[in-house]
Amino acid sequence: MKILGIDTSSQVATVAIMDEDKLIAEYTINYKKNHSENLMPMISEIFRSCDMKVDDIDLIGVCIGPGSFTGLRIGVATAKAIAHVRNIPIAPVNSLEALAFNMNFSKGIICPIIDAQRSDVYTSKYTWESNTLVSIEEMSVKNIDDLIDELNDRYDEIVLLGEGVDIHREKLNKLGNIYIAPNSHKLSKASSVCQIALQKYESGDTLDYKKVEPLYIRKSQAEVQYEEKLKRMNNNE
Amino acid sequence: MKDIITLAIESSCDETCAAILKNGREILSNVVSTQIDLHKKFGGVVPEVASRKHIENIELVIQSALDEAKLSFKDIDVIGVTYGPGLVGALLVGLSSAKALSFALDIPLVGVNHIEGHIAANFIEHKDLEPPFVCLIVSGGHTHLVEVKGYGEYEILGKTRDDAAGEAFDKIARALNLGYPGGPKIDKLSKIGNKKAIDFPRIYLEEDSFDFSFSGLKSAVLNYLNSKKMKNEEIVVEDVAASFQEAVLDVLVDKSIKAARVKGYDKVVLAGGVAANSGLREKLSEKGKEYNIDIKYPPLSLCTDNAAMIGCAAYYDYLNGKVSDLYLNAVPNLKLGQK
Ligand SMILES: [Zn+2]
Repeated sequence: MKILGIDTSSQVATVAIMDEDKLIAEYTINYKKNHSENLMPMISEIFRSCDMKVDDIDLIGVCIGPGSFTGLRIGVATAKAIAHVRNIPIAPVNSLEALAFNMNFSKGIICPIIDAQRSDVYTSKYTWESNTLVSIEEMSVKNIDDLIDELNDRYDEIVLLGEGVDIHREKLNKLGNIYIAPNSHKLSKASSVCQIALQKYESGDTLDYKKVEPLYIRKSQAEVQYEEKLKRMNNNE
Repeated sequence: MKDIITLAIESSCDETCAAILKNGREILSNVVSTQIDLHKKFGGVVPEVASRKHIENIELVIQSALDEAKLSFKDIDVIGVTYGPGLVGALLVGLSSAKALSFALDIPLVGVNHIEGHIAANFIEHKDLEPPFVCLIVSGGHTHLVEVKGYGEYEILGKTRDDAAGEAFDKIARALNLGYPGGPKIDKLSKIGNKKAIDFPRIYLEEDSFDFSFSGLKSAVLNYLNSKKMKNEEIVVEDVAASFQEAVLDVLVDKSIKAARVKGYDKVVLAGGVAANSGLREKLSEKGKEYNIDIKYPPLSLCTDNAAMIGCAAYYDYLNGKVSDLYLNAVPNLKLGQK
């Protein structure tokens, strides 16, 4: 059972190949967001360097979001096309969960944050309970200041990670109860994506390539504006 | 020689398309999933909404193209894909899919310029058409007068300096409350309206220029509508539509015929979404007859965005050894003749 893992939901582009027993290869680039140019050559290179072909892959794990809309679509479109050719299932992985997974067996609360622009972040909270990662809060879009206020009021130990940490580091440094994940674990790793995908496969939680779609959480700006306009028109009636 | 089967993908605007062609000019399937209804309420194409729909549809459309052609992936020899010009988010969906297919199937990838695709639509329809000729490409995004010297060999003679012709149609349709997309509606009204009712300006620019400009005409129509409203006078919508369309067509047709005569060609080929305009087809054909110039245009189904035209252009690029690598990126403002 060989798994190809892909994540392009943030500035990081990361791909990995794993089987049940071991990580075979992982390739991560955290340098300017140019996933469209980089992703396919990265995938091609990772196969070449471990003498594997696409035909050897049985499952694709891909981060479906939340994250950068365009980034998500590049990863998801790539995963869907490969799964289509190979006729294999896809395990859709939540990008916040994939980040939280980097902090295996940590104590306290794990709070991944992904940039959502305009000082907003996509975030959620996780804990490890008897060797399993558990989501303890519904994922959402939050203003970074609101999130900081909320974290400030908690007494637990909190581990923060994700690209949002670097973007909002100045503000976060004022918090006393947080611990920022080390560089080795702070950003997305496709090996985590593969591991979650494997778990999903074992619990029958995979999808046909036709059904996989990005998880945006947010509506498009045009839809939001359109709905506001309808609301105004209804109020004026 | 073995047949070459091309699978082509097009997602530059609001249509998710996939097509399969045999030897570049024979359509085995041509699937278009349009999003027009989705964008109607916004009065135009919304890039993010379009991109979301593309990713939902892309593999379904590709599978339909295979099913209709009664082929499977293993029969495909080349992947063609639009990489520009267009909406970047929309382009990236088709491009990411095409690159992954090319890699997974281990077959060549050819990035195609969307405008070249529009020209190529004519090769599919007219089996004996060969370059060189003059081509007028008119759509919502482009107005180009091009000398097609060979397959994949172009020289731009002129282009719009402001609005594209199709854009002018959409704007005037909006001002007349005709809704979106406006081009077909204006064309329809023009058939019943009086095209001589209002004398809108024909903007020819410099004597020897093959460039176009439609913003002056657009302002003239908007001014006309405003002054009528101010004076509380009735606006005869079909007359405005017909007079506006006539002013656009006069310039398009005159410049196309002149380009063919100056360059010494006996063929003018029409391409792009506005090539579906019946007034343009008629007027150009009439004028062509006058000067012994053969006028060709694609059927309606190949005028609007589709992947068959991309597949045809990809086929000739492939024959000419112009293949892309996996680094290929979307180029939203890709120019004609640029690689
Ligand atoms: Zn077009």
